[in-house]
Amino acid sequence: MKHTSKQLSRWLATLSLVFTLHAGLHAETVARYGISMADIPLTTGQPDRGAGAYQFTGHTLYDPLVAWEANVGNRPGKLVAGLATQWKADPKDNKKWLFTLRKGVKFHDGSEFRADAVIWNLDKVLVDKSPQFDVKQSAQVRPRIPSVASYRKVDDYTVEITTKEVDALFPYQLPWFLISSPSQWEKLGKDWSKVAVQPSGTGPFKLDKLVPRERADLVKNVAYWDKNRMAKTDRIVLVPIPDAMTRVNALLNGQVDIIETPPPDVLPQLKSSGFKLVQNVTPHVWPYHFSTQPGSPWTDIRVRKAANLAIDRDAIVKLMGGLATPAKGQVDASNPWFGKPTFKLGYDLPAARALMAEAGYSQAKPLKAKVIIAQGGTGQMLSLPMNEFIQQSLAEVNIQVSFEVVELENLYLHWRSGAKADMNASKGISAINLGYVTADPFYAITRFADSRYVAPNGVNWGGYSNPKVDAALDKIRTTFDVKMQDSLLAMVHQTMVDDALMLWVVHDVNPHAMSPKVKEFIQAQHWFQDLTTIRM
Amino acid sequence: MFTYVLKRLLYAIPIALSVTVVSFVLVYLAPGDPLNAIAPADAPAEVIEALKSAYGLDRPVPVQYGLWLLRAVQGDLGTSIASGRAVTGEVMSAVSNTLLLAGIAAFGGVLVGCVLGAVAGYRHGTWVDRVATILSVVGVSIPHYWLGLVLTIVFSIWLGWFPAMGAGPGGSSEWLWDAGHFKYLVLPALTLSVIPMGIITRTVRALVSDMLEQEFVVALRARGLSGHAVFRHIAKNTAPTVLAVAGLQIGYLMGGSILVETVFAWPGTGFLLNTAIFQRDIPLLQGTILVLCMFFVVLNLVVDILQPLIDPRMGRG
Repeated sequence: MKHTSKQLSRWLATLSLVFTLHAGLHAETVARYGISMADIPLTTGQPDRGAGAYQFTGHTLYDPLVAWEANVGNRPGKLVAGLATQWKADPKDNKKWLFTLRKGVKFHDGSEFRADAVIWNLDKVLVDKSPQFDVKQSAQVRPRIPSVASYRKVDDYTVEITTKEVDALFPYQLPWFLISSPSQWEKLGKDWSKVAVQPSGTGPFKLDKLVPRERADLVKNVAYWDKNRMAKTDRIVLVPIPDAMTRVNALLNGQVDIIETPPPDVLPQLKSSGFKLVQNVTPHVWPYHFSTQPGSPWTDIRVRKAANLAIDRDAIVKLMGGLATPAKGQVDASNPWFGKPTFKLGYDLPAARALMAEAGYSQAKPLKAKVIIAQGGTGQMLSLPMNEFIQQSLAEVNIQVSFEVVELENLYLHWRSGAKADMNASKGISAINLGYVTADPFYAITRFADSRYVAPNGVNWGGYSNPKVDAALDKIRTTFDVKMQDSLLAMVHQTMVDDALMLWVVHDVNPHAMSPKVKEFIQAQHWFQDLTTIRM
Repeated sequence: MFTYVLKRLLYAIPIALSVTVVSFVLVYLAPGDPLNAIAPADAPAEVIEALKSAYGLDRPVPVQYGLWLLRAVQGDLGTSIASGRAVTGEVMSAVSNTLLLAGIAAFGGVLVGCVLGAVAGYRHGTWVDRVATILSVVGVSIPHYWLGLVLTIVFSIWLGWFPAMGAGPGGSSEWLWDAGHFKYLVLPALTLSVIPMGIITRTVRALVSDMLEQEFVVALRARGLSGHAVFRHIAKNTAPTVLAVAGLQIGYLMGGSILVETVFAWPGTGFLLNTAIFQRDIPLLQGTILVLCMFFVVLNLVVDILQPLIDPRMGRG
């Protein structure tokens, strides 16, 4: 009897151990992510709050027709198939693009993805008379897909989009355009505010819970169509924590596992406490964008070059606690669009002073310029300390810079209006300091270099115009070979650098700090990040 | 009494109306563009114009104000430009979170302030008085933001006793009155309570020490009244002033503290205001300011009504 009871208790102990292990194996893995935004970005299909928001409620819940490869970190990503398996311009009429759609894809609500859904979504953001038109989503994406002129369904799995003019770079616009479920919108009474709480896309995550300003729970979509991009974590909880110190405290306290943009001064503490810091080349640049309009002190290329040679960028990187890389141009030197500029950005005070002297300036007769800057904000890094550093550096080469300090929202108004506008010209503002996203050819190069986009037609703020650059950009629009596109873009970029179009200072590295519980996170060289790569 | 209350209620109407005008105009005076909250920074002019028209921002400001006021009196504060959600719902959700936080902070601050002030007043000139005075001066002078960070570092990161931020493990929508949720309140409430505690301590101390030297107290003691009985008389005489000061302090707390709520990511009115200001979300900003101002108006009204109940002399004037 005693033996039987002993055996029974052994069996029970083994059984309970097996159950515990089994439960452990199947326990839900959760990653809590402290994001720097004050609210969860829009969940209806097109996220608001800029490019950085796409990683949270964009490419998690939804898919584009053409996607950006965001699950590689050791090289720049490229365009890859999304909900379209193939896309090509019609050889007879290069304005027409045919998209072959992926078969067998279902939205989270179970409805099937077909050509009708693509047309419905294009109407949703481009046709203000359509019943599903949503002004908020439209505002986000319409400026991102400016080439679209018209579109039609060819068959259930083929869509034709016609561009306003021949635009070989059109596919780069498509990762911004995400497809949400028409059935879900119908089911929820055609009410976008209801869709925000119960969205339905085709993405690798589904939205499980949304508490505005507090959290959004994304759960793994086990039926996701792309088996190579299956989420490695069952649940990701997004927690908006706009204050940087609060984010750090939440990480140190264990309330979150990952945070965006830790402030540079806490990095030593984070590292010594065993937290990991992940950063990568990021398509961002922190420049002074010069005005080359008549009357601007920057019209003389020698002055622009001198400014570029007066900055000790390594010292600025140090000021940033290592959370930046020195800029050699508009894009990182490892980028295929970098090219081979003859003007090398560096720190060379004698050369800078010589250029200034050649241009007619000296200590007794310094060049005076006013730069409009923001007191801080997204993409502005450590705006005030960095600007003060540059002010002192430029003074070393007889450039006396004064600042017009405004809030970021106000700075955007000055930016959109252009250097020539009264709000800038009347105040003597001849340069603007604004962090630029440089993720695709248009964002990195065209919008700043093409004379067609001189403000207010675009954000060629300073009125840069170079016929050689314009001709190359025209050629890119009609060049469908990607390698040729890259080499033409490289040619434009090297001209921009040789012309010292801006004072390029540093690139952001989009730092993330994470607890040792996070086993893997691949940080792409982009603002689009792939949260499916997070493994706990 | 009825006439008194009615008068006070009538006074509240022009005040509320002025509040709506000021809150509406102030928002427009600030530089920046509300459409930055929804449109990408480089959105072309036609997109901006379409948005202006969609949100009615292309109309003259007085027309916008009139329409807004018309809706506001019906309880509709419009739709947030940034989130697309109803402002009334946004504000009410934030108000309930702030009420929770401010209620606890006000209770703690007023209670500790009254006790410390009374003790200091009774022990005027002793070391107890000096300690209470130092505490009250520190309470009034210490920056909220800094104190919040220090408390977080000590009690949350070093000791691990309390969470560093948030309004509960599942967010404020799943709030429960248990220890697991209550611990989220401790640090922000403690941070918020320090200023009212300091002010009330100073007020009560000054009133009590002054009162103790008045002739009626000497007379009460000469009649042989016990310490407790004398204290009751002193408490009753100091109450109207303390109530007025506490009312103002509670009003400030109910208004939410932008800094404290941001430091603790507490989803209250301060946090909401901060977001609305940075996004130039005009409807949200106007709605929040209006509701907060109305808090002050209502709270002052309540204090005005309570004061004559405690001290009937005040009602006679």
